[in-house]
Amino acid sequence: MQALGIDVLLKGNNFIRLIDGLCTALRISLVSVIFSIVFGIVFGIVMTYKNTVISVVSRVYLEIVRIMPQMVLLFIVFFGTTRMFGLNLDAELASIIVFTFWGTAEMGDLVRGAVSNIPKHQYESSYALGLNKAQTYFYIVIPQTLRRLIPLSINLVTRMIKTTSLVMMIGVVEALKVTQQIIEANRMTAPNAAFGLYLTVFILYFLACWPISLLASYLEKKWSA
Amino acid sequence: MLRRLERSDRLNWSVIEKYLPLYEKATVLTLKIGWLGVLFSVAIGLAVSLIVHYRIPVLRQTAKIYIEIFRNTPLLIQLFFIYFGLPKIGVSFSPEFCGVLGLGLLGGSYMAETFRSGIEAVDKIQYETALSLGMSKAQVMFHIVLPQAITYSTPAFVANIIFLLKETSVFSAISLMDLMFTAKDLIGLYYKTAECLVMLVVFYLLILLPVSVIGSVVERRLSYASFGD
Repeated sequence: MQALGIDVLLKGNNFIRLIDGLCTALRISLVSVIFSIVFGIVFGIVMTYKNTVISVVSRVYLEIVRIMPQMVLLFIVFFGTTRMFGLNLDAELASIIVFTFWGTAEMGDLVRGAVSNIPKHQYESSYALGLNKAQTYFYIVIPQTLRRLIPLSINLVTRMIKTTSLVMMIGVVEALKVTQQIIEANRMTAPNAAFGLYLTVFILYFLACWPISLLASYLEKKWSA
Repeated sequence: MLRRLERSDRLNWSVIEKYLPLYEKATVLTLKIGWLGVLFSVAIGLAVSLIVHYRIPVLRQTAKIYIEIFRNTPLLIQLFFIYFGLPKIGVSFSPEFCGVLGLGLLGGSYMAETFRSGIEAVDKIQYETALSLGMSKAQVMFHIVLPQAITYSTPAFVANIIFLLKETSVFSAISLMDLMFTAKDLIGLYYKTAECLVMLVVFYLLILLPVSVIGSVVERRLSYASFGD
């Protein structure tokens, strides 16, 4: 095992640095997820209004997010704004902007789907029972929407974490970058360390995402009945 | 800042013309690897979903583990492991093969989930009716279940294809000369950021917009099929 990088991993503070790098990625995704959820709920509710301008604008926005690779968006925000507007964005800030832009569209679409999926008879029955509009939303619509929404938005969190591995391409020092640095630093003494170290990052990402997806599928099963 | 804005908001068309062949070459490569990966992932996904559906003993557990692992790790990490990690224990592939393999394995796990939920969505009464009409198990699968399952899973299937073609942008990290790599390279060499980025966006639109449009047309056509019940 020595030749495959386990010793390199445990040498000095290498492992701590790796975890630190993962935490950077997780921090970026957490901040982006919080912003995406807030903006996404607003965007989703706005989309349920039947208005031509709103629907055209939101359609274009959703299509852009659906089609453009996140990496391209990262490049545009990070390099494009610097060159064209002279804004010098921090790489972390640029990635948060991009992931929020992307997550807002995804979340908005989920919110719209969940709200418009509530059957009409739910509203009508609650009016017939004498609930007023606010009560209908508060007791009938919102609880049902949340039940559909929460598992799906938890899935969005794992996708967000997975996508943050891209930020290394614009120079954020996260887990993958740290791994590269460790491998380069030990190129002479442990030429085969790449295997063990990349495997470690692989496992770390898996351990970060897997519990969250399990939670999502558990909630989905529990609430769909 | 205003002056800078004025200076650079016009694109230099001669630069674009000069770089066009490079982008075309990169597009061909991106398309080739992207679609090969999609094909590969459909094959894996179909096989895995049938294994899970028929509850084949050992293979089923393996398939479950495979799906969990590849759905919960980023493609970039998978590629790094395949391209930089595996050669250290004596398994090495060309970058193109790594790209197709990585994309196929990632996509396979997504496709498997899509197909599985499509197959599950077919009503049980359909199996029973077909079996009582004297069809064999294979006939039931190919004539009754799969056609309906495909209809149910088309929206997710199209979304997966778009997702996979988008993910090809990650290949630049393992030195494949795809669109992203070309743009990054040219920006680094000549510092024509605006032109390179605009071309990057245009070429990705050319690749993905048709898929998105055709996908939504197919979705609409196929949704007629489910009106019967």
